[in-house]
Amino acid sequence: MGETGAAKSAEIDYNEIPSNVRRRPYYIIAPGLLILIGILIPFVVAIFLSLTNYSFRLPTWRFIWFRNWTDAFKDPSFYHAVWVTLRYAFYATLTQLVLGVAVALLLRKDTFYSRVLKVLFTFPLMVAPAIAVLIWQLMTSNSVGVLEKLLNFFGVVNFPWASSHGTAMFTAVLIDTWVNTPFILLLVLAGIQSLPKSPFEAAQVDGASAWFIFRTLTFPMLKPFIYIGLLFRLMAALQEFGIIFALSKGGPGDTLMNISLTGYITSYQFGRVGKALPYLLVLWALCYVVAGVLVKRQRKLAKLAQGY
Amino acid sequence: MHTQMEWKETSVRKSQALSAVASLARNLGLTLYALFALFPLVWMVICSLKTDAEMYNTVFRFTPTLSNYNAVLLGTDYFNAFFQNLIVAGGAVVLTIVAGVPAAYALARYDFKKKEDLAFQILSFKFAPEILVILPIFTIFQKIGLYDTYFGLIWVYQLITMPLVIWVVRGYFEEISVEIEQAAQLDGYKWFDVFFKILVPLIKPGLVASALLAFIFAWNSFTFPLVLSGFKIQTMTITSLRYIASDTVHYGQVAVAALVAVSPEILACLFIQKHLVRGLSFGAVKG
Repeated sequence: MGETGAAKSAEIDYNEIPSNVRRRPYYIIAPGLLILIGILIPFVVAIFLSLTNYSFRLPTWRFIWFRNWTDAFKDPSFYHAVWVTLRYAFYATLTQLVLGVAVALLLRKDTFYSRVLKVLFTFPLMVAPAIAVLIWQLMTSNSVGVLEKLLNFFGVVNFPWASSHGTAMFTAVLIDTWVNTPFILLLVLAGIQSLPKSPFEAAQVDGASAWFIFRTLTFPMLKPFIYIGLLFRLMAALQEFGIIFALSKGGPGDTLMNISLTGYITSYQFGRVGKALPYLLVLWALCYVVAGVLVKRQRKLAKLAQGY
Repeated sequence: MHTQMEWKETSVRKSQALSAVASLARNLGLTLYALFALFPLVWMVICSLKTDAEMYNTVFRFTPTLSNYNAVLLGTDYFNAFFQNLIVAGGAVVLTIVAGVPAAYALARYDFKKKEDLAFQILSFKFAPEILVILPIFTIFQKIGLYDTYFGLIWVYQLITMPLVIWVVRGYFEEISVEIEQAAQLDGYKWFDVFFKILVPLIKPGLVASALLAFIFAWNSFTFPLVLSGFKIQTMTITSLRYIASDTVHYGQVAVAALVAVSPEILACLFIQKHLVRGLSFGAVKG
């Protein structure tokens, strides 16, 4: 440990270090990596199984090559699932970003009220998706829900929430927003605290308007933080399963059947694993590409914000 | 001179009025969001203390009762699910610390080939769709007998806990200067003394925070136990589905179920406030 501690210096000739020392870091990582790689095997198995007619209902299976894939691309339910996935991810991520940034800016001023709120606001973030659904069902219940009573006051009776085609997406996004907005909020607040003082003082001396300062200074400097939030939230929203499953199992009808839900129902309700896997592999590819693009962009922005 | 003074005075008065309006608007906005964020939790507490009859005909005025707590905690196996969830999530975090902290150390201290690739590979587990991972694992686990076992779940939960702990703790290791280690080595400390007596105390806040956060994520996991546990092991999130699916009229008990599931997490969250941002962003943002 100690003698290689020095190996942190910039230029090292790997051949000069004795091989047992050179291999040491790999030994140390090995246990952690092995545990994770045990779980990586499923990826390979997933690709393999997507080329078979594997099913929980059939005793045997055989290769059918790309039939699952071509079937998926011919199936309207595939495009519906992709569309729902993209729409849900867009609405949920955008709402959380806007609300999170706005509330963070409101919390910027360091008062007792804002310090207490900052702690309290983190609570919903800790709530599991299934439990969040439970909580909101109690809020929106048509017989005992407090929101129903509030809406009655405004003349709206029996608002359908998750049970109607028109409002199901809204309800799911609402619950997601309730849970996850604090994540963006915390990131942006951390960003605000890290802002340098001098550019803002200079702008104020020059008599710049608040909007101008926000547009040209605050927002660009907060962008790297917002991007990290965007990355984490978008990834989660593209794959959202828990909230939608607990809320309506993808219903009513196929209103909320995103790729995750379709994959789950195809394989566990209908037993057809081979058929479900192309859907999920497409989702994985989508996430991989989006994450790659966002990570690259974020690094560029972080450098820009630091003035390089 | 005089006019300038006057002008200054009105502009000061104007800006004072403006800032009063701004602070009013700010507090109003904050209060509105606070209602949205916190009222559902307050409402749970209220509902949990109401009798079934009071649910229908009252909103805020009622005589509090603990009968719902009695019914859920003593009358059902919900408490059992609570403990099973504790074993699975706790076990997952322990395994992660044992295997993950050394890995974090190696990723922080050593320069070796493919280091960054390896670190990103570990992170990328977080972004893999859970349903995709779980399908093949389900078939494999059923074959090798890990389906519906504690060990099977604890192993799979590593996908949630390990990347988090490795990435966050790595950052804390990187902040300790190498000289401290070298000085200790010169003083004749063995490597495990250096590690346990010097490094571990230094990273302790970060380790505790990321371990608690990992615990929360594992506790909340929905997809994994939904697919990989059957009759033997029941976690809170899955057991709570029972309350969602049934057309129960015991709404107070639903509220208790939600509160029992949430309360350990809120406690943990209060405990790690200072490190929350850093943990949530996998070390990317140092709060």
